[in-house]
Amino acid sequence: MVKPTRVTNSIRPLREEAGLTQAELAKRIGVTRQTLIAIEQGRYSPTLELAFQISRVFGVGLDDVFQYPEE
Amino acid sequence: MVYEERNTWAGLIVMVVVMPVYIVVLLQAAGDGPLTDVDWWPIMLWTIVAGIVLTILVSVVWGMIAGMRDPDGVGKSDQRDRDIAHMGERVGTAFLVLGGLAVIVLCAFEADRFWIANAMFFGFAISSFVGGIARVIAYRRGLV
Repeated sequence: MVKPTRVTNSIRPLREEAGLTQAELAKRIGVTRQTLIAIEQGRYSPTLELAFQISRVFGVGLDDVFQYPEE
Repeated sequence: MVYEERNTWAGLIVMVVVMPVYIVVLLQAAGDGPLTDVDWWPIMLWTIVAGIVLTILVSVVWGMIAGMRDPDGVGKSDQRDRDIAHMGERVGTAFLVLGGLAVIVLCAFEADRFWIANAMFFGFAISSFVGGIARVIAYRRGLV
């Protein structure tokens, strides 16, 4: 039922580098902590808007947070 | 567990209790006679009302207990909840359509109103149940 996504992300290392807890980052982007955990673990693909919000918190580009493998 | 997942679980738990009770009450009312002779609609109406009230009650009580542990998480929902809800509705709709088709077929064959009403009733119930199962699976295993 659940199709694996090829999109990976670097939220966890970026979050740890920024010294943010999951709860703090979740609050800043306006989602529940469970949703942030699901995004970090690749169990939920965020909307483009949410992806931009996450990258803006870290002050980096979208490509630095989310990666899609070359063909 | 987030607010919307709790509500989904509450609906599923109540349905697992209420639907068998409906069937048992119906069978008891029929006794040795045919099911079509049962005054079915008050039983169905009470089942629907009890289902709604119990789901709200379970959600509220569960929410209060969860709120004591995590006050920030009570009543919050976000984009993932909406995406999961939409997916659950899509899955459930297939079964609602089957219920509707069953109603058309029963009408075409001039079946008793008992069977027509119950086909629709079970269509609604199965649609809601399957949609709920799909939602809790998405909460547990992910939605990508």
